[in-house]
Amino acid sequence: MTAPATAPSSSLGGQLAAPRSWRVPIVLAVVAVLSLIWFVVFGKDDPTRFTWSDPGDVLYLDPTPANPRVLGIVLGVLSLAAAAASFRWAWRRRPVPVWLSLIVGIAFLVSLVAWVGAGGQITVESLLTSTVSLSTAIVLGALAGVIGERVGVVNIAIEAQLLGGAFTAAVVATTTHSYELALVAAMITGAAISAVLAWFAITFLVDQVVVGVVLIALVTAITNFFYQQVLADNSAQFNDPGTLPRLAIPGLADIPVIGPVLFDQRLTVYLMFLLVPFVWFMLYKTRWGLRVRALGEHPLAADTVGIKVNRSRFWTVTLAGLIAGLGGASLTIGYAGAFVQEMSAGKGFIALAAVILGRWNPWYAALAALLFGFATSFRIWAGGAGAAIPSDLIAMTPYLVTIIAVALVAGRVVAPKASGKPYIKS
Amino acid sequence: MVDLEDERRRVDWREVMHRIAAGGPLRTILAMALALVIGILFIVFANADVQRTLGYFFAQPGDFFAAAGKAIADAGTALFNGSIYNTKAKDPVAGFRPLTETLRFSGPLIAAGLGVALTFRAGLFNIGGQGQMLMAAAWSSFAASQIHLPYGIHLIVAMLFGFAGAALWGWIAGFLKAKTGAHEVIVTIMLNYIALSIVTYLMRTPILHDMSKGNNPQTLPPDATAVFPKILGDDYQLRLSFILCILAVVVYWWLMRRSALGFRLRMVGLNPDAARAAGINVERTWIIAMVVSALFLGLAGLNQAIARDGNFNQHVDEGIGFDGITVALLGNSSPIGVMFAGMLFGAFKAASPAMQSADVSPDILGILQALIVLFIATPPLIRAIFRLPEPREITDVGTRRKPQLEQGSAS
Repeated sequence: MTAPATAPSSSLGGQLAAPRSWRVPIVLAVVAVLSLIWFVVFGKDDPTRFTWSDPGDVLYLDPTPANPRVLGIVLGVLSLAAAAASFRWAWRRRPVPVWLSLIVGIAFLVSLVAWVGAGGQITVESLLTSTVSLSTAIVLGALAGVIGERVGVVNIAIEAQLLGGAFTAAVVATTTHSYELALVAAMITGAAISAVLAWFAITFLVDQVVVGVVLIALVTAITNFFYQQVLADNSAQFNDPGTLPRLAIPGLADIPVIGPVLFDQRLTVYLMFLLVPFVWFMLYKTRWGLRVRALGEHPLAADTVGIKVNRSRFWTVTLAGLIAGLGGASLTIGYAGAFVQEMSAGKGFIALAAVILGRWNPWYAALAALLFGFATSFRIWAGGAGAAIPSDLIAMTPYLVTIIAVALVAGRVVAPKASGKPYIKS
Repeated sequence: MVDLEDERRRVDWREVMHRIAAGGPLRTILAMALALVIGILFIVFANADVQRTLGYFFAQPGDFFAAAGKAIADAGTALFNGSIYNTKAKDPVAGFRPLTETLRFSGPLIAAGLGVALTFRAGLFNIGGQGQMLMAAAWSSFAASQIHLPYGIHLIVAMLFGFAGAALWGWIAGFLKAKTGAHEVIVTIMLNYIALSIVTYLMRTPILHDMSKGNNPQTLPPDATAVFPKILGDDYQLRLSFILCILAVVVYWWLMRRSALGFRLRMVGLNPDAARAAGINVERTWIIAMVVSALFLGLAGLNQAIARDGNFNQHVDEGIGFDGITVALLGNSSPIGVMFAGMLFGAFKAASPAMQSADVSPDILGILQALIVLFIATPPLIRAIFRLPEPREITDVGTRRKPQLEQGSAS
């Protein structure tokens, strides 16, 4: 049961070496070659104008025209170079660094945007700003998911926590006229739903996926019920919270593109920016984080050194719920300005996918969540730009990427080993 | 010696009482009762009249109880009138319509529940009912509107198309699980979204769409020859598809209890390592489980797509793939259990319009549904609340297998 996952290579004087893993380099090479073929052979020559700022901005940058085909060649060659470099890493039996995959991914996305927008203009700023807005809830949900799986509890109820947080944030903000209270209430709601999940999964040993699914159904029904029964007819009284004010950071907010995207956002977005490194720091640089990861990898060992497995798991999952609840608040008072039935719309499931796509690491999970947000933002823009690819099909790319990534990653030992398994002290 | 024989023959009442108290049926009833109590609290305190009487509760508590009683009675009447017999109907033909509506709504729920239950028994979790149903709906809709065949054959062809679409979608998840180890929960969730995108796209193209009818995703109306016929005359909407769903219960029973395949599925579900040691190809069994499960969900999809006269849009699945999970859990993955669970939730669905017109949000039934399943899924909670004894054998919900780590531990 506790056999070492990797064969010791040094014990036999270097005669036995671990096999080289070619998966990632091969995938990168395939993506690079395909994008070269697609954007060059089927490339377009109508120039795309990338606009960087609005005419009224303090610092105004002129739009940059670019030939999509030329851009495709340049970025395709760059991708090929990155793929070649990744082969080098694989040859030396080192894990391929994530930034190489990022280069290939971003090069592909930029070529795609240029290709779709050929002959028109692309407002980079609005594309990225809406990406951030659309992915806030997913990033926060994914952070909660990462913590949960790291401690050994699969939190499939992120969807319920987002929805519950969105609901209470809207109602509390409207009735108390205090956004601070609304954020706190949303976080408590998320934590409460997490606590129920943890309680049922840990104390009663119910299958974690089952409790999660039932909780989603329950929270959906409860919020629908109150929406129909109370909110729908009294929206001014209960469901008119408006949105958090935009807090522009003086100076930084005037930088073209980066300013509006990073420094002219709402409180929920700033909290997201802070929480990603915070969660990473807590998980990887503190004693608490070491314990959390131990609980998810080998609860028996953690128990042996005196960590209370089930109690720690319960509180960790409950605390993670605070973050997911905040994600819920970002849907209503951070974006839409009112609660709508079932407004989480599968974002919790997408957050779950981001957790896996991001290999249970807060940074990568947040990047994966941003990819999902970008896909939505891109779809909306491409639908408006009259793209050649139907927007319905663009919509499915991140899910397709997730399936491919899960299928490629699954064979390797990256998931917390005891994730999803109850611990019973004997 | 005679005394001992006598002792053996005598019924051990304490043992019988223990079995009743620790057994599943009593727990199921108590779980439902508990859910009902909470549901009633929701109805009472969300009622406007009740809230008014709460303001002067200590002056005239009688008013509160009268208002609460009326709210409960109204909701109960609406539930009965909407799902079993409409007491306000002019003639018995109309009076029985709610009952047939209950059966009509329960059909796809039963089929979906069976599909999910099958994966539970095989140790898997098929959360991809939505995608499989959408594929079945889209493929059958294509055959029903674009291929023109005579009566009888056309319906069969449309059904085969639907089953093929669903089976393909289930196969992808099973194949990825077997070949790469990708977790079927995440893969089936992703496949739901992919199916939704593809089907929405097809509903905007000439493959499924009448291009003269705007750009909103919508299918072509099916040929009359490809639609399930009504079985109780034109007064009722109940169609042949319901009979197929009941047949599916029998098929599921035979498959799981009598066939070699079912034996393999259950064995893999109980202990994949032991199954592998016994020479069963576990990976292939996973693929088969996902495909067969998808076939049941495909039947649910057919129920939604071609058991109607008109066309439909991309929300034709109505969340039944997800509801199927709750049906399978409530039915404890047994054929009869799933059938009755499907009928209960079908009754809830049928009663929704009546609840709406009685000014009770039908979402209360969703709350009830989720609470029942939550309590059913947690025998220890129900046992703790009602102080019931523990059964001799503890099993996991849905799978009937012991919790993995509980085996051998003396707690």
